[in-house]
Amino acid sequence: MPDTSTAVDLGFAALADPVRRAIIAHLSRGPATVNEIAEPFEISLQAVSKHIQVLEHAGLVTRTRQAQRRPVHLNPEALEALTAWIDGYRLIHEQQFRRLDALLATADTTRPAAPRTPK
Amino acid sequence: MSNGLHLDIPAGVPWIDFTREFDAPVAAVFEAHRDPEKVKLWLGPNGMQMEIAQWDFTTGGGYSYTHTSDYGTFGFRGVFHSIRENEFALQTFEFDGAPDEVALEFMWFEDLGDGRTRLRGRSIGRTVEGRDAMVESGMEHGMAEGYERLEALVAHA
Repeated sequence: MPDTSTAVDLGFAALADPVRRAIIAHLSRGPATVNEIAEPFEISLQAVSKHIQVLEHAGLVTRTRQAQRRPVHLNPEALEALTAWIDGYRLIHEQQFRRLDALLATADTTRPAAPRTPK
Repeated sequence: MSNGLHLDIPAGVPWIDFTREFDAPVAAVFEAHRDPEKVKLWLGPNGMQMEIAQWDFTTGGGYSYTHTSDYGTFGFRGVFHSIRENEFALQTFEFDGAPDEVALEFMWFEDLGDGRTRLRGRSIGRTVEGRDAMVESGMEHGMAEGYERLEALVAHA
């Protein structure tokens, strides 16, 4: 089992490819064989196999042996680890300050010239 | 130019420190905290509707507001202990869902020149456990949003 940061790196790198995201989407509906996964793609079975290997290496999918079939399964825990990496506390505060940025970027954010107490 | 949020959440203490810079003069950043009509536009998590019952950003003043989303309505209130224009704010913060778990919130508004401002803050909770719970509840929220984004990502594949 790779350490957390390596797993996250591998996970995001694996998801950076549209074919591999499509494979994850397919597997979210249930396990499937390489042939079934390859069906909607206009690329070779071999290329699809390579993509599955990348996902497998990243821990996002696993393969089991069932008689002659070797269905590919989604590994939900690995996907969870990727989303947990997005630190929620930071996210909430960053979103809030981005809105403040947007507000500050609009004109007329300063206080209307209020009469000052003379010194 | 990077205006990212810097958080410091040291283990074993009940506080959280943050630093964030803005491409705006200190008066504008302060005003965005003082004027309730402006506060409404940015305070709190995404997707929340903010209703302000009271907002008196002056020394001895106070505030109370609610945040409403699909998950429900959440109330918050506190007092502004010390407010110094374009410089400093010290307030209390209490979530209705956790009565008496009052946090002290310090904020420093720092003029960086060139029309830029640094906002520095420290939020001190009653206990280390309370602070950790707050950070973790943010984590859950963030995870929920993370899932939504992941869902969108795989849906568009």
